[in-house]
Amino acid sequence: MDYVIEMVEITRTFPGIRANDRVTLQVVPGSIHALLGENGAGKSTLMSVLFGLYQPEAGTIRVRGRDVRIANPNVANRLGIGMVHQHFKLVHCFTVTENIILGLEPRSGLVVDRKLAAARVRELSRRYGLNVDPEARIEDISVGMQQRVEILKMLYRDAEILIFDEPTAVLTPQEIHELMGILRKLAGEGKTVLLITHKLKEIKEVADTCTVLRRGRLVGTVAVAATSEARMAEMMVGREVNFHVQKGEARPGEVVLRVEQLDVRNPKGLLGLKQLSLEVRAGEILGICGIDGNGQTELINAITGMAPAERGRILFKGRDLAGCDVKRRTGLGLGHIPEDRHRHGLILDFRLDENLVIHGYDRPPFSHAGILAAGPIRSNAERLIAEFDVRCGQGAATPARSMSGGNQQKAILAREIDQSPDLLVIAQPTRGLDVGAIEFIHQRIIAERDKGRAILLVSLELDEILDVSDRIAVLCGGELAGVVAAAATDANELGAMMSGALRRVPA
Amino acid sequence: MTILVTMFPIALIYATPILIAALGGLYSERSGIVNIALEGIMMIGAFVAAAVTVALEPNPLAGYYGILAGVVAGTLFSLLHAFASVHLRADQVVSGTALNILAGGLTIYLCQIFFDQQRTTAFATGIAKVSVPGLAALPGLGPLLFRDVYPTSWLALLLVVATAFCINRTPFGLRLRACGEHPQAAASMGVSVVGMRYAGVLISGALAGLAGATLVLTQDIQYSLTSVHGTGFIALACLIFGKWNPYGVLGAGLFFGFSQATSIYAKDIPLLRQVPQDFFFMLPYLLTVIALVVFSGKSVGPRAAGEVYDPGKR
Amino acid sequence: MNGRGGKLLLPVLAVLFGFALGALVLVVTGKSPLGMFEAMLQGVTGYNVETRAFNARHVGEFIAQTLPIILTGLSVGFAFRTGLFNIGAEGQLMAGSTAATAVALWVPAPPGLHVCLVLLAAMAAGGLWGAVPGYLKARFNVHEVVVAIMMNYIALFLNNWAVVELFHSGDRVRTATFPASAMLKSHALSALTSGSRLNWGFVPVLLSLFVYWFIIERTTFGFSLRAVGFNQDGARYAGMKVKRNTIASMVIAGAFAGLAGAVITVGIFSFGRALPAAEGYGFDGIAVALVGGNGALGICFSGLLFGMLKAAQLLMQTQGIPKEIASIIQGSILLFVAMKYGIDYVGRKLRPAKAWEDGS
Repeated sequence: MDYVIEMVEITRTFPGIRANDRVTLQVVPGSIHALLGENGAGKSTLMSVLFGLYQPEAGTIRVRGRDVRIANPNVANRLGIGMVHQHFKLVHCFTVTENIILGLEPRSGLVVDRKLAAARVRELSRRYGLNVDPEARIEDISVGMQQRVEILKMLYRDAEILIFDEPTAVLTPQEIHELMGILRKLAGEGKTVLLITHKLKEIKEVADTCTVLRRGRLVGTVAVAATSEARMAEMMVGREVNFHVQKGEARPGEVVLRVEQLDVRNPKGLLGLKQLSLEVRAGEILGICGIDGNGQTELINAITGMAPAERGRILFKGRDLAGCDVKRRTGLGLGHIPEDRHRHGLILDFRLDENLVIHGYDRPPFSHAGILAAGPIRSNAERLIAEFDVRCGQGAATPARSMSGGNQQKAILAREIDQSPDLLVIAQPTRGLDVGAIEFIHQRIIAERDKGRAILLVSLELDEILDVSDRIAVLCGGELAGVVAAAATDANELGAMMSGALRRVPA
Repeated sequence: MTILVTMFPIALIYATPILIAALGGLYSERSGIVNIALEGIMMIGAFVAAAVTVALEPNPLAGYYGILAGVVAGTLFSLLHAFASVHLRADQVVSGTALNILAGGLTIYLCQIFFDQQRTTAFATGIAKVSVPGLAALPGLGPLLFRDVYPTSWLALLLVVATAFCINRTPFGLRLRACGEHPQAAASMGVSVVGMRYAGVLISGALAGLAGATLVLTQDIQYSLTSVHGTGFIALACLIFGKWNPYGVLGAGLFFGFSQATSIYAKDIPLLRQVPQDFFFMLPYLLTVIALVVFSGKSVGPRAAGEVYDPGKR
Repeated sequence: MNGRGGKLLLPVLAVLFGFALGALVLVVTGKSPLGMFEAMLQGVTGYNVETRAFNARHVGEFIAQTLPIILTGLSVGFAFRTGLFNIGAEGQLMAGSTAATAVALWVPAPPGLHVCLVLLAAMAAGGLWGAVPGYLKARFNVHEVVVAIMMNYIALFLNNWAVVELFHSGDRVRTATFPASAMLKSHALSALTSGSRLNWGFVPVLLSLFVYWFIIERTTFGFSLRAVGFNQDGARYAGMKVKRNTIASMVIAGAFAGLAGAVITVGIFSFGRALPAAEGYGFDGIAVALVGGNGALGICFSGLLFGMLKAAQLLMQTQGIPKEIASIIQGSILLFVAMKYGIDYVGRKLRPAKAWEDGS
């Protein structure tokens, strides 16, 4: 068998972690080869090694049978290897064409030959059905189109081996469907596709082979057609996976939050949220789902007070929140677990105990007359660490920066839940966490619901929404596309609502 | 209106070093490195130019050799900033400040070594003004730009055009700008971010050195601690006003040149005759603050300027 | 580089390298490094290696020179702790000087009170001068560094104008001598140190060091300032008023610098002065703060270090060593500190692989 790519016994470590431990990967030319694993399994690292972003400490790489050393992306490009990253590497104020030709500009004398460049882009775009506007600026186009620009970057460089790193994270179900088609077309034209993902459905849909990694090690390589999703999942996590979280029936009580005809502007000045109305009751979990950028952030910001509402009302326990700042709302019983734990959730350079009093540091018992009380701050931290099983190297004095993602999230959860809020707004709670941490957090959320709290759960993971929520509200284009009972719907219906194909708004 | 025409020659003389230094700052910032050390590099360039000129006089080209030496010295000095900021990932503002202090000390130290005093010996002529009779006859700008003008001013104007061309039309310019906006994207396309940033800083060093040399040779008779008096910082402000765009910088530079010239011509303007001299010295700085506020909302610099380049950042 | 030990290593290495570089420069240009070290020794202890005589005047001068730069160091350090770069300490100092001069000459008051008013006025003026870049940054998101640099020059020219026009300087260089009630100068202290300019300024300096530490580490105000300095977004989420904190922080930083201006004007000198250029205390403050790790104790020690350099300058000049070597050393130390800060920053980013969110 002639492999187009062979990575043999690749080892790559970072301080404190062995990202790839003697991993072997063999890829058949013209196939779609998936790389499956949870977060932290080492998939991105392995592909970054292939793309020349990192050097392996041990192991060999062979491309088309020849031993190679891929010192940097330039070398990878010359070998015909291209990569579409999870976080797009596009210069926002440049045009589509400028981004594609960067580093390999067609010249006319001293100057960049813009006409030739645009023509080439158009030609490639047509051939692979990618449909982009060469003159558009990146900051003005959709995420799906941005991804196609990334694909074009590779094709422009005559890449034969195309690596995709979690490409569907930011796409609508329809765009995902289109992407799957594009992948098949690429393979059909003889290109080899390497697909990094943790989504089993996608692997089943397009991949020929699948290599499973777990905690940096190779678990095995299987033919996709002959392997069930359950089997692949088991390989991925190493145990039988319970796909659904255990929960009892919800018993909703009074309306705790009522949003009426809310209009909120986004940072670009456009209306990110339009005429939105919904309500959340005590003792229920309302899940908000939608593609990233369809109003979720604006909704959270308006409810928590981080951004003003342009029009409409937010009533919390019957009280209009207009004019209440963030601190007031926290004081009234509105808790918030933010989406970005490093940006909003924690002050990484503070210690754990300092982070845990971020809401109450300026009041007794944590301070008196403006002077901090170290004792109560410390004992508060110790209590929460024990209750929520937060792992930290130096106890309450651990710098937040040195804690793992899962424990950082647990700390944030501990802090917010400890405030006994009547409404808990939770955004993307399990992003980047391993299965164990995810289970823990889902169980805590449901436990809070059973205590009678109202919970607004905003997440991009459809499975999480379907699993945890009692009712689900779908946002599309800043508007409410539907409100359904979780038990009465499925991923397909939600996907249709998320992409605007369906509306199920109760009258 | 005529007062503006009368003021133009002096304004041009004042504007030229500001313009050149600001263009230097443009290359650096566009590549993603903030260069607060323009002031210090100008000092180095001015000192070297003055010293070389004095040493070579009465050679008629002494001043031009001085300028050349200033350019080289500025480039070498900026190597320190490049190394600290790019390879060692130092905080760019702190590094720039350190270089300013270092430059002040080094230049006067060397004055003491070579000239036994805290400034260089005065040179006789520096560089001479030049006229181009044919072009000077052109209506409007003719007499302003081609009669009794220092060649360095023409150089400055040429540099504006060259910079616009380079930044906007050439592959080098595209890659430079990419490094300043999104270095990870540039790196993933095989552009050497390190190389580009070095280029940006070294060019800014060369131009700041040129600016310093021009300053001392056209506005002074020797180099001393107060020769540069903040021009490097005004150049930074000029860059910000000009919105990191060569033609914007040209406009801003001329504006500052005029405001500095106002202190000399105040006595000829009835309204301003009573105002004490110190206010005119203050004027460029005050105007800078006001304009920074006025333009603040709309000015958008290179996105990644000032950030340490972290190749591991996703 | 971790823990307390690591934090200390950074600046110490930078200082050693700085001095080594200075010595190298001297050797290369034919001067004696030994002479420089002798001058520094004499500057601090008063002991002259050659004549083997001891002169207390140098000790007094050394301490007097240290006082203002500890204060500007506190000014810059305070701003750094809260996430801002106070490059405007120079101008805030100047504003403080001008205010001190005004109160000294214009406000009649009994002895104890007069000097207190002078100090308070200086702190207020410095605080106000610092508030401007702070406010502009908070409200308009203007680059605080450029604004502050401009304000440094504006303060210089305003001061010069005031000395001539407001305080009616006879020779356009200095004002009339202040009444004794306004001054920090002390005949007793001066006599103790053989006629140096040692003055009571060390009292406000010691108080300032304590206040600095207390505000940052022990108060809720300091807690929120540090939070904003580390992570604006996180602080905003917690309900802290980022804009207000930015302004408050610059006001306090400005007050420290303004106080330095007073200590110079009524402690070291006894009259207001018009200056051809800024004297560089603000930049000294930047070096002091960074080498001192932005902590009260560190700033105190690094202030003494750089004070030693300053005190030695005139002595060096008499030995034939150009006094600018001190600036060269200072600039080099700062450059090394900047590099080390950078290395440390990168080390921090790479180390916690556990916080490797998207690492797959």
